[in-house]
Amino acid sequence: MFSRTIISRAVRQTAARSSAFAAVRPTPLSTPAPATSFLLSLASQRRLLSDAVRQAIDKAVASAPVVLFMKGTPETPQCGFSRASIQVLGLQGVDPNKFAAFNVLEDQELRQGIKEYSDWPTIPQLYIDKEFVGGCDIIVSMHQNGELAKLLEEKGVLLKEEGGQAEGETKE
Amino acid sequence: MASPTPMEDAIREKITAALQPTRLEIYNDSHLHAHHAPMQGVTSKETHFRLIITSEAFGSKMQPARHRLVYSLLKHEMAQEGGIHALQLRTMTPEEEATRRAQEAGSE
Repeated sequence: MFSRTIISRAVRQTAARSSAFAAVRPTPLSTPAPATSFLLSLASQRRLLSDAVRQAIDKAVASAPVVLFMKGTPETPQCGFSRASIQVLGLQGVDPNKFAAFNVLEDQELRQGIKEYSDWPTIPQLYIDKEFVGGCDIIVSMHQNGELAKLLEEKGVLLKEEGGQAEGETKE
Repeated sequence: MASPTPMEDAIREKITAALQPTRLEIYNDSHLHAHHAPMQGVTSKETHFRLIITSEAFGSKMQPARHRLVYSLLKHEMAQEGGIHALQLRTMTPEEEATRRAQEAGSE
């Protein structure tokens, strides 16, 4: 069945690729990038989206061409919807150099702020070229109908080598 | 007497009133997620929902706008303590639903 094939392949490919994600660009929050440490320093302040938080999120959104706000890290997602989203990006062959993930669980300001910033009440959230694309359902449906592949291709954020993502089996 | 499914009732009521859907399917997937860490201490059996909505109201709206529309209708239910934690959405216009059915029929 189609959905099952996608899932099992996603698991394998993500396993194969996760090391690349980790090696080339560690999750910004595990080794704080400027935007992130800024957010951390703001922790325990007001809940409203202040200018400072907005600016910090602006920076986070602009930190890479493809940015995912998620629960957990690409290597160890803490939520099934975040996992599915990161698997889709791996399957699509997004270049780790052009990708950044932010773990909202490590930062309450970010966790609340991003919802208001995007006018979107749930996590994960995907941004491409600083534009909000959608949450997990949208990512998965765009993956299935080909729109995501087209968008990523247009934005030039896919890995160049080996003819792309859908090349069947990964070798053991 | 109180409904055993107040959240599902609220979803059905609000979406029906605002969107007049030609198709509205509400699936309560909460039991699949009950063991997840964020659900500890939550007693509600109505935390994770999956909705399929077909409505003319989605016409000329891109997917993010459609989802925002549904989120805004359920704002209260999503914001309240122990309320809706996750909401999966599939949103279609009647035309899109017809196209999808035709494709599915053709691919068999």
